[in-house]
Amino acid sequence: MAGQVVSKTQNRKKLNLRGRINYVETGILYLILLLLTAIYVIPFLWLLSSSLKDPTEIFRVPIVWIPKTLRWDNFVRATTDIPFFRYLGNTLLIIVGVVTGSLISNTLVAYSFAKIEWKGRNALFIIVLITMMMPYQIVMIPQFLFFHKIGWTGTFLPLIVPHFFGNAFFIFLLRQFFVGIPNEISQAARIDGANEFTIFSRIVLPLCKPAITTVAIFAFLNTWNDFLGPLIFLTSDKKYTLAIGIQQIMSVNDPRWNVLMAAGVLMTAPVLILFFLLQKYFIQGIAFTGLKG
Amino acid sequence: MKPINRTARSQINGILFALPWILGFLVFTLYPLLQAFYYSLTKYNLLKEPKFIGLSNYIKIFTDDSLFLKVLYNTLYMVVFGVSISIVVTLLISLLLNDKRLKGTAGFRVMFFIPTLVPTIILCVLWMLIYNSGGSGGGLMNQMLALVGIKGPEWLGDQHWSKMALIIMRTWGAGNLIIIFLGGLQSISEELYEALSIDGGNFLQKTFYITLPMLKPIIVYNVITSIIVTMQNFNEAFIMTKGGPADSTYMYALYVYRNAFQYSNMGYASALSWIMLVITLALTLLALKASGWLNESE
Repeated sequence: MAGQVVSKTQNRKKLNLRGRINYVETGILYLILLLLTAIYVIPFLWLLSSSLKDPTEIFRVPIVWIPKTLRWDNFVRATTDIPFFRYLGNTLLIIVGVVTGSLISNTLVAYSFAKIEWKGRNALFIIVLITMMMPYQIVMIPQFLFFHKIGWTGTFLPLIVPHFFGNAFFIFLLRQFFVGIPNEISQAARIDGANEFTIFSRIVLPLCKPAITTVAIFAFLNTWNDFLGPLIFLTSDKKYTLAIGIQQIMSVNDPRWNVLMAAGVLMTAPVLILFFLLQKYFIQGIAFTGLKG
Repeated sequence: MKPINRTARSQINGILFALPWILGFLVFTLYPLLQAFYYSLTKYNLLKEPKFIGLSNYIKIFTDDSLFLKVLYNTLYMVVFGVSISIVVTLLISLLLNDKRLKGTAGFRVMFFIPTLVPTIILCVLWMLIYNSGGSGGGLMNQMLALVGIKGPEWLGDQHWSKMALIIMRTWGAGNLIIIFLGGLQSISEELYEALSIDGGNFLQKTFYITLPMLKPIIVYNVITSIIVTMQNFNEAFIMTKGGPADSTYMYALYVYRNAFQYSNMGYASALSWIMLVITLALTLLALKASGWLNESE
């Protein structure tokens, strides 16, 4: 009896000790998390802070976090020192083309792979998956020569037209989504004599708005981010996109960092806004498409 | 409608709906792939018609091109160390964010993801500034290091640190890996952990006996996509360092680009790109094999 009581109090002590250790552990974990968060947030704060600095504050020791006077005119200069709005307009024009092409082509193709039974379908789908790991560099040169031959280099067409012919990542993403839609609905419509295109556009597409939104977002992001494509195909600065335009003003000697950072904030802001409005679609799409190329 | 009719009809419909991709694949992938191989056997500078020279380009690449070895080494260095570091760091952060003992991590998740949203060009410009000391030791990176008593190197200006500088930047922008890891972690059944808790398993045991094995497919997925992306790394080298200093950040993709568009050696560049394709495929297969996936599916 006595022994039991002793061991019980010992147990309780152990539990108390364990509880305390757990608190310490949790505390340490929180500290690590906070430290890591700080490391991740600081460069971003540096972007914001530098965009409002006077040039003399950029490299000052110790670090200036909040500029003495907030130089909002950096943002004005970011839009006037370079033809910012022309580059923005070019970028948006390409984006409209790419998003339109991506939505039309990839939904059709994914529907075929997910909902129509036909010979060769599975073999071709495997090819779709294989093309996902092909480096762009392998097709870059012949594509350039081809577009050069038909006189499209220097125009937006090489950056837009290929997107009307499907993209492996988007086909994969949409197909996975389409497969989840019960076949009964489309079969019922088929028996009622509806043709395939009606089933696709009237029944399946309306059920797939989340996946379609995800494709639109990522088609936008990929184009907004794209650097190599415009670098190869655009030849005059009248046609430059934002990414190329900003790179051009950066490559001069002694770049104006504060203005560049202001341009950086302007180019990042739309992506952030889009993210906070449509967070769940971002999360969905990331699993299928690498965000960074 | 007769059944045969229906099969034939769905065959036609299937091909019609898939036609955009079929055409795209033929015109923008398969044909360029074959054409690149043909060009790789030629000397072609855009001004004159391609001239067939057999395997000369390949022979020169493998026997008489020290720059090829250099860019290959740099790129594989990024694949081996860059991918490992970013996978380990993002995995640790994900484990931390998923830890049940910590409450309110949802807000933190966003913080780790925001860097991923910064467009590539801005990411590059921002980190050039972070590493830049402005000639007076005033850069963000080295000032932060000085706070903990470390005298930082010249990062992008130092050939021994330039690759590490790019790896740190890449890891910072790899929030997409965290999102994918978290998705995987959340799908691991709570019951597995409870079973081990009853047996008295501690945190490390939980991690090594349950979390990591269950997460393996996701880890393999992230490793393979990272390898493919890293093999094609172009932007950082082109925008930030131009491949320098002393060619220490000269990446394979930049070498292909320069041969094609700056030196107009289309044939040579095509041969390089074919070698790149083979290496990418080999690395992907190697990663699959190392993970045991290929054996399991047999």
